[in-house]
Amino acid sequence: MRLLEHQAKRLLGGFGLPFSPSMLVTSAVQAERAAASLNGSVVLKAQLPFGGRGHIGAVLFADGPHDAREVASRLFAMEPRGCPVRLVTVEPRVTFTRELYVGVAWDGAARLPVAILSTAGGIDVERAGETEVARITFDPFTGLRAFQGRQMARSLGLTGRTVAGIGAVLEKLTAAFLQLDGVTTEINPLAETTDQALVGLDAHVEIDDDAVYRLKERLAPLGAIETHSAGRAPTALEVDAQRIDAMDHRGVAGRVVEFDGDLALLIGGGGASLTVFDAIRRYGGRPANYCEVGGNPTEEKVAALTELLLGKPGVTKLAVIMNVVNNTRADVMARGAIEGVKRAGRVPKEAISVFRIPGSWEPEARAILAEAGIEALGREVSLDAAARLAVQRSHHAA
Amino acid sequence: MLLDQATRILVQGITGREASAMTEDMLAYGTPILAGVTPGKGGQQVCGVNVFDTIAEAQASQRCTASIVSVPAPSVLDAASEAIAHGITLLLIMTERVPRLDTARLLCRARAAGCTVIGPNTLGLIRPGIAKMGTIGGRIDNVRQSFKPGRVAVLSRSGGMTTEIASFLSSRGIGQSIAIGVGGDPMIGADFCDLVDQLENDPSTDAVVIYGEPGGFAEERLAERLIHKPSRLRINAFLSGRFVDELEGVRFGHAAVIVERGRGSVRGKITALKKAGVFVADTFDEIITGLPA
Repeated sequence: MRLLEHQAKRLLGGFGLPFSPSMLVTSAVQAERAAASLNGSVVLKAQLPFGGRGHIGAVLFADGPHDAREVASRLFAMEPRGCPVRLVTVEPRVTFTRELYVGVAWDGAARLPVAILSTAGGIDVERAGETEVARITFDPFTGLRAFQGRQMARSLGLTGRTVAGIGAVLEKLTAAFLQLDGVTTEINPLAETTDQALVGLDAHVEIDDDAVYRLKERLAPLGAIETHSAGRAPTALEVDAQRIDAMDHRGVAGRVVEFDGDLALLIGGGGASLTVFDAIRRYGGRPANYCEVGGNPTEEKVAALTELLLGKPGVTKLAVIMNVVNNTRADVMARGAIEGVKRAGRVPKEAISVFRIPGSWEPEARAILAEAGIEALGREVSLDAAARLAVQRSHHAA
Repeated sequence: MLLDQATRILVQGITGREASAMTEDMLAYGTPILAGVTPGKGGQQVCGVNVFDTIAEAQASQRCTASIVSVPAPSVLDAASEAIAHGITLLLIMTERVPRLDTARLLCRARAAGCTVIGPNTLGLIRPGIAKMGTIGGRIDNVRQSFKPGRVAVLSRSGGMTTEIASFLSSRGIGQSIAIGVGGDPMIGADFCDLVDQLENDPSTDAVVIYGEPGGFAEERLAERLIHKPSRLRINAFLSGRFVDELEGVRFGHAAVIVERGRGSVRGKITALKKAGVFVADTFDEIITGLPA
């Protein structure tokens, strides 16, 4: 879960990390007033749930209140990647001698948190050279000690007051990372001012989705947190599928991603869904959707999802393919799929191109399908072969 | 190799509905389940297995070496810590969506104690014909049909695909020495690289089949390891989710399956593995290429 900059700064500020004063505004008029109160040159930043704002013109400077109002109207008119700008921060423009980067993330190979310091902070930190970056993994129980941060600062040649400052910042930032269940906590740039004070100009916090349950109290003061998938907004079909999956808590029959083809897919579990989707495309099929079924969903959920997928305009056939099932019941899947096809106003033996769910309750599923005139495929037909067959049969239909 | 007849297993959270059904299946497969632990349920029995309140009490009589953790996500760190503190050297964590910080913390303790961790978010592991830990393969008749003894190890990021691959190998006359679902959470214990290291010294294994997915860098890490230290094992890999490369930032299936800022792409993984001498199957059916029967 990625927080907006103003939320990230508020959380990290609570750990004693230094940020310049920042005012949150929702209109150009408010921006003008904020700039007047800050007296002088200001920076205005659109609050967006992704990085690289400087590169897309979402961070702009203004000289005085009038200019701030104009700049703010430009920001509020933006809608980058489908995200309308609703909030803008207004901050005094800080003069600095150097832009540093401090961040904490997970080192996947070591399975340890890692603290990172770079002397090449700012918008191009990802292009920093090896001699400009110091990294150290640290104990996930205790965090990083200030002296370790000072050593990192020295290893990059930093001097004077900044060395102690970096030690303190890294100790607090790693503490914040652990207490906030961070995936990432970073301050970039961390500006070194002319008197060698450190002040954070931008912050980025991403929280572990799987730990949100124990962070409710900490996150409550931040107000609503919008969760954005970095991709596009969900389609109507995807929203309907989410609703179907939420009908009850038994199993999964959802996680639909819509595509523009003619072959509906009722596929699972997760790994097999990825495998089957690739195979359908490899053999020239045009999937109407991706989805995941697993964990033994109810017949009603399967029926509702089938009806939704097959009912989509332009869809001609449905392929039902799962890996050898351990826990999902093939007979429940068969009954649900047949019921869904009927609800979509179609004839099961014409609409279902293949049905391949070997494993638990397979004989019962075979009998149910045979009654509807459909021959179930067994485990001797691989996922790949089942996908190829589904494509061949959907081409015959077209 | 991880699990054999000498392994002495306990189940944490054994009185839960899924854990007790799983225990029944494991016992039916001949797996030595010697104790169960559920705080507050000491003195009960599940499928004839004695339940204790604490591992300390279970160990007084049973001296277990392996544990299966089947408790809710918020309790996993505590349960795992208890197991590690009482001499468990193989820990299987079935629970999914464990907070990453908790996984990192329990892995620290496991490393210090020399304990191998499989998971979180794994269906388990099986040595066909010997024993199985976890729900892998499902009910007993399905397990017997899908998994056959042999000399090929299966390592998979998907529990369902572990069974699918084993079933496919079995149907082509290729048995398995071991099959392991490594776990689908973003942070896991033993990964492909660690497990290939172990299999290197396993006389019962000649080849390895790896099932990979987008996201993370377990495949890249394995490739690096193989370049530095070539393996005696024949290694075949199959990677699904090629289409995910085109959909940056969209999460699929397992929480770990995501391509971000170009990292974790299937394309990159395939390139890395091929460079390291791994045979990468273009289609699922090709995973049997060159495998010894």
